[in-house]
Amino acid sequence: MRQVARILRVVFFMASLMVFPCCRRDLADQQHHEPMEASSVFPDGSASRTPPEHTLARGQLHEDVLFYQGKMGGDHAAVFPAPVTRAQLERGRERYDIFCSVCHGSAGVGDGIVVQRGFPPPPSLHLDRLRDAPPGYFFEVITQGRGLMYPYGSRVEAADRWAIIAYIRALQLSRHATLADLNAEQRKKLEDSAHE
Amino acid sequence: MALPALVLGVAALAWAAHAALFSPYATVVGVPVDQPVPFSHQHHVGELGIDCRYCHGGVETSGFAGFPATETCMTCHSQIWRDAPMLEPVRQSWATGKPLRWKRVNDLPDYVYFDHSIHVQKGVACVSCHGRVDQMPLTAKAHDLHMRWCLDCHRTPDHRTQPSDQVFVMSDPPPAKQAPTAHGTRMEDCSLCHR
Repeated sequence: MRQVARILRVVFFMASLMVFPCCRRDLADQQHHEPMEASSVFPDGSASRTPPEHTLARGQLHEDVLFYQGKMGGDHAAVFPAPVTRAQLERGRERYDIFCSVCHGSAGVGDGIVVQRGFPPPPSLHLDRLRDAPPGYFFEVITQGRGLMYPYGSRVEAADRWAIIAYIRALQLSRHATLADLNAEQRKKLEDSAHE
Repeated sequence: MALPALVLGVAALAWAAHAALFSPYATVVGVPVDQPVPFSHQHHVGELGIDCRYCHGGVETSGFAGFPATETCMTCHSQIWRDAPMLEPVRQSWATGKPLRWKRVNDLPDYVYFDHSIHVQKGVACVSCHGRVDQMPLTAKAHDLHMRWCLDCHRTPDHRTQPSDQVFVMSDPPPAKQAPTAHGTRMEDCSLCHR
């Protein structure tokens, strides 16, 4: 009897040795779906789902029409949802440089690297038409796209879209600044740099 | 006679096992992964200068760095290279709504918790882990991602982190600093990564 137990123990030990590499693999690749992993469960083969039509996740009701649609009384909002701050402008510059400058160029004239490689140039952001356009118009174009421009609503958060619009306003202003806009200190700095 | 031979044999075996375990064959470091479309980071990042976050948009705020939707590819390729045979799978995916089946290049074991956003927020540059992606015609793993490699940094995190404006810059990371390391942090706790 003890002999049998000993043999069984040896067999069990050897079997566990054979199983060991499999265990490692099971733990390294466990039975759950990682973001965007392939899945046999759904017809499109993707584990990540897009929400079914006419449904919303919690926190995505987005009732604030001005903030999430750039609209006021059915028209493009002529104002920003909140006063523009320096931090927002800096955030806007960063996001503009990431997402917009590839086509619109870092100064907004429509000469980005992708345009240089053959994409039809977008209109300059310094056209009178766009200087006069309300912030809500830019919000709509960024969110939904326009012409050859694809929508960025799913790629750039609403708050960042507003920051980008604020920065576009700064870019537009930069082409129309006059000496009178500067205070004494800034004017001196400008004059010094002109003499260098 | 027998003993030295035995010792030598065991040593040779150990050496062979170590060499095999850490060889590029086992770690696939520097071995490009076969993809449905031969996407070149060298072209998009190195030559065009497109920011990492244009495509990997979740990297600052989420655990998963984010992978571009076919829409992101089509934003440019609806116009540029629109007839290139190489991009046929992208157009197919756009037309049918079926996602492209990209293969993972860096895949940590499931028993490791990893979050991109905290690394980015704390100043770990993309190049520190992903290498010079801007020089990769086809994307390959830059490091073996073994625990030893993670700990190299977790033991002296202050030596490796960059200022926030350098995190997304694709240049060789400066050599590790010799700044004093804050001890008593949780950076080496087992439960930090093995949750």
